[in-house]
Amino acid sequence: MTNRQDDVRQDDMRTPLSRVRGLGAAHSGTRDFWHLRVTSVALIPLSIAFVVIVAMLIGRNHAAVLQILASPVVSILLILFLIASLYHMWIGMQEIIIDYVHADAAKLAALLLNTFFCCAIGAVCAFALMKISFGV
Amino acid sequence: MADPVASNSAPVRPLSPHLQIYRPMLTMMMSIVHRITGAALYFGTLIVAWWLVAAASGPNAYATFEWVMGSILGKLVLFGYTWALIHHALGGIRHLIWDMGHGFGPQEREWLAAATLIGSIGLTVILWVVGYMMLGGVR
Repeated sequence: MTNRQDDVRQDDMRTPLSRVRGLGAAHSGTRDFWHLRVTSVALIPLSIAFVVIVAMLIGRNHAAVLQILASPVVSILLILFLIASLYHMWIGMQEIIIDYVHADAAKLAALLLNTFFCCAIGAVCAFALMKISFGV
Repeated sequence: MADPVASNSAPVRPLSPHLQIYRPMLTMMMSIVHRITGAALYFGTLIVAWWLVAAASGPNAYATFEWVMGSILGKLVLFGYTWALIHHALGGIRHLIWDMGHGFGPQEREWLAAATLIGSIGLTVILWVVGYMMLGGVR
């Protein structure tokens, strides 16, 4: 008892390395929490941009819609909106799954599906925007 | 008291009070709605993806998308999407205020929760009214 270092709590079961890393049981520390906040701050202006872009397109014919979507500013804003949204919702859905799905197999399946869904939506939207912008 | 280790069934441990114990409160409902709108927006990205793919595919695919979204059901879904987006955004700003350590007082948190709800409904209605006015009436 007496030969323990003073700054180490006696009920601390962690190894010294684990204590120094400070990453906790999930091995990622507060990364998800912080990244959810970073993307949420980014999404405030980007969501407004998204709503304005959609409002600009309502009631226009297909050719006009393509012309607007192909413009660099609109396309870049939509890409940024999608990246921030998809990363934000990937973390968010992961949080929901961890809260409600407790069986190991179902949880693993749900977490994998979440990742695949977000990646698939991202790939599809990215391809569509590239096709519109580069006019293939 | 029976030894939990010796019994075959799962050990009975004390549980913290859950949702059904509490009287519904505005801050609690806003917390639940924040999660529900987040999940709704998650699946709402399918509409965004369909919209971009339809635009990239050509006039016919885009006309189909416009027809579906222009229907009563489509408009209802889009109205819900608009509200979910604005509510989740305002709720997110509320969470960012809390993250900075502000707005935890008894009056403040009630005021913030009410502002989120009133703000999201108000902004959604304003957005749709302005949208219809810009388009020159209901079509």
